[in-house]
Amino acid sequence: MTLTPTLHRDLGLTDDELVAIQKRLGRDPSYTELAMFSVMWSEHCSYKSSRIHLRGLPTEAPYILVGPGEGAGIIEVAPGVSVAWKIESHNHPSFVEPFNGAATGVGGIVRDILSMGARPIALMDPLRFGPLGDPRTAYLVEGVVHGISNYGNSIGVPTVGGEVVFEDCYAENPLVNVACLGVIEDKLMHGRAEGEGNVVILIGSSTGRDGIGGASVLASAEFDDTSGDKRPSVQVGDPFTEKLLIEACLELVRSDLLVGFQDLGAGGISCPTSEMAAKAGTGMHLDISAVHLREADMEPFEIMISESQERMLAVVDPTDVDAVLEVCRRWELAANVLGEVTKSGRVEVIRSDTVLVDVPADALAEEGPVYDRPKQRPAWLDDLQAADNGDGAPGDLRDAFMQLLSSPAMASKRWVWEQYDHMIFLGTVQGPGGDAAVIRLPNTEVAVAITVDGPGRYCYLDPYDGARLAVAEAARNVAAVGGRPLAITNCLNFGNPEKPEVMWQFSEVVRGIGDACRELGTPVTGGNVSFYNETKGRAIYPTPVIGMLGSVGDPRDSVGLAFRDPGDAIVVLGATDPDDFGGSEYAKTVNGTIAGRPPRLDLAREKALQAVLIEGARDRLFSSAHDCSGGGLAVTLAESALAGELGFSVDPSRLGDLEPHRLLFSESPSRAVVSCSPERVEAVRELADAYEVPFAVAGKVETDIFDLGTFRAEADVVREVFDKAFEAAMTARLS
Amino acid sequence: MTRVGVVVFPGSNCELDAQNAFASLGAETVMVWHHETELPDVDLVVLPGGFAHGDYLRTGALARFSPVMDAVARHAESGGLLVGICNGFQILCEAGMLPGALRKNKGLKFLCKWVTLRVDNADTAFTSRATPGQFLRIPINHFEGNWYAEPEELERLRANDQIVLRYAENPNGSLDDVAGICNEAGNVFGLMPHPERACESLLGSEDGIVLLRSLLDAAEEAKVSA
Repeated sequence: MTLTPTLHRDLGLTDDELVAIQKRLGRDPSYTELAMFSVMWSEHCSYKSSRIHLRGLPTEAPYILVGPGEGAGIIEVAPGVSVAWKIESHNHPSFVEPFNGAATGVGGIVRDILSMGARPIALMDPLRFGPLGDPRTAYLVEGVVHGISNYGNSIGVPTVGGEVVFEDCYAENPLVNVACLGVIEDKLMHGRAEGEGNVVILIGSSTGRDGIGGASVLASAEFDDTSGDKRPSVQVGDPFTEKLLIEACLELVRSDLLVGFQDLGAGGISCPTSEMAAKAGTGMHLDISAVHLREADMEPFEIMISESQERMLAVVDPTDVDAVLEVCRRWELAANVLGEVTKSGRVEVIRSDTVLVDVPADALAEEGPVYDRPKQRPAWLDDLQAADNGDGAPGDLRDAFMQLLSSPAMASKRWVWEQYDHMIFLGTVQGPGGDAAVIRLPNTEVAVAITVDGPGRYCYLDPYDGARLAVAEAARNVAAVGGRPLAITNCLNFGNPEKPEVMWQFSEVVRGIGDACRELGTPVTGGNVSFYNETKGRAIYPTPVIGMLGSVGDPRDSVGLAFRDPGDAIVVLGATDPDDFGGSEYAKTVNGTIAGRPPRLDLAREKALQAVLIEGARDRLFSSAHDCSGGGLAVTLAESALAGELGFSVDPSRLGDLEPHRLLFSESPSRAVVSCSPERVEAVRELADAYEVPFAVAGKVETDIFDLGTFRAEADVVREVFDKAFEAAMTARLS
Repeated sequence: MTRVGVVVFPGSNCELDAQNAFASLGAETVMVWHHETELPDVDLVVLPGGFAHGDYLRTGALARFSPVMDAVARHAESGGLLVGICNGFQILCEAGMLPGALRKNKGLKFLCKWVTLRVDNADTAFTSRATPGQFLRIPINHFEGNWYAEPEELERLRANDQIVLRYAENPNGSLDDVAGICNEAGNVFGLMPHPERACESLLGSEDGIVLLRSLLDAAEEAKVSA
């Protein structure tokens, strides 16, 4: 390989960035060095466009043990019990190659969790695709779900929830995000290369040519018609090796054999070597002839930036090297001694006798460019917000109700989550299909609630308000199962940050997340930014996906969404605003409109509602509780009935004097539907009064009828529609 | 105390769940790595679920060649109790220790869901605590659970009452609704559903205890009579 004057551009670096590198080194970079800079300074690895905005997020609370900047955030959920929680995106690879793209997304987040010394115990997959009517969508859904299923099931980590969302804007840019929960078993690990003379060991799979430039070429550029040519940039996963890696690494942590530890993901070997050295203020001297290769004739730059999966980098005391190698041998994993920690502050790489790389670790890991990119509020936003929000009455209320329940957005996603092992580890107290999953932590009687939420339409209509709504809904979901919201991880999916409109959306979303998190007391423990979700100049909706984690305490206190006993009272908590239709499921599905302003959110009211849900759960007042959101009250009631294989009768006029469709389909936030035995109604009323949360007994749980006052439907008929719609849409497109 | 050996292949992933479930029923458990050529002193051997050796080539096809399998076979030949759950069932079929084979589900999809099983032979070491015809709610979790055998083989199994558990509603296309079977001698069992996942009402069902306790009873009995 030879250096040419424009090579850096092919690697995704700008002319200015090259000049900065030359200035920092005082010379031209070697080819291998340039390749390393190209991945470490890529948008994906360096957060160069987002960093100045992310600084404004709240990140601290007494129970946050590790905040942003490490493999995962660490949250102490009960005295002495800590969990790791993190979300990542694998959007671009999944569009190019859905099966392997999604699979390696799972593998990557699992190693992030593992790098903290935590055992991965649950996954969630928020997925976004184009309209299901498009044949390519069905192909992508099939491939992505199969990829997650194949990888997650094989490594034995349950997939306990997620989202499947369909919008036109994701047709050429599906979003495949994945969140992982882990539990610290023995001790918290850090990605730091402490101690001169300590030994650097690469553990896991061989290094091949897969995923060359995944971070720079794929994740940090827009797509066009030639995107299929980028398929070699997608990594190929081997879940079998990942499972061995998990067990071997946890044994190494348990046996106290590691000084520092980090996963290999984007950027390959370049990333943990430079980051671990930079964090510890040390250097590394590495001989890459020790790396075991999948192909013999690999170039040094390929070895340094290959994103081959299932690899970890360990820093080990010299006296422990034999023990580490023995553990790896027993788990049938390769382990290569690459070199040692130095005090030089530099990453030095040789291959046999040839010096290939000699650069400051800081320059790679911490001195990447930081951009304050121009921002501009989109000119089209005023017209969009002023337009009709789609709140017109339907021709027939019952038809509208059935239409909503059979839409791909609202219909049962059983077809998806039955393909995921959601039960392994014997901790899934509540799995997919509810507001939040409830996971009992191994060997404890402590449970956590986790959920993921990303209302893209709301954020499109107003990025700031949409982001606040996203945080509020995620927290409400956790509160609905009885969890106290503690912290979030976020995956920020956006278009091209070089466009001022996109950058404005980004800064508004981050501002909204920050404000809502401050108000709700749920700091940000880290996350991921995915830019360039744009094809042929068309960007996705600004889509922040909020991963909320809460503590449930005793898992027996958690509450499900399913109605439990016929005769139970159905109580609606919170007020319905007749105008909350902008970006709603009803406006989109029934009236074909995505316009206006998103629902109005009052965070004080939101907190009060959540307090009622959490206390009511702890006092075991509720038979069921369900957040009222997409599709409004009507869909919320239906979901509780369908989950419980029961029915209901309600009189919406008890909630206020509004047109029926406004009561039934408005998406006002800060509401929930709970059911309780008749003798507990007063206790629930008192609790709601104490927090000044509007309270109304709307009706009661029935066995086999859905009676919404102005119309009714047989439970069997609704169930048939709700259960079959998604699968029918999928199979129609695939056959 | 009954001693249960849980065989761990590279790629097994239900070994911890099996260990926890048996331990919660009072048994002592020991993990046995697939490289071992001898089993420790155990009263019951469990091949847990997972993806032994990555399930590459074909489910269970590589695992049957793991060194430990000779010892497992000797244990079974001498009348020792042996149960294969999910991937363990697939391995036992590949190893010829149970009849038939597990093919891909008829829907060509992985399926993780609760199913209802019917106990069609309550007179085995695996079902002694069940009543004939009892329904058990236990989850399945597999891609290859569609059991198949040649017609003569199936007839033989029926005649010998070796079909122990059937699905009330067949989820995967399994021949004759077969969910779990035993060998002719009645000491080797295989089933696709996961009883270890159904040992706690908090997680949805305690019906798995019926099967696991039956095995522990039989193991205890064998110890006393030995």
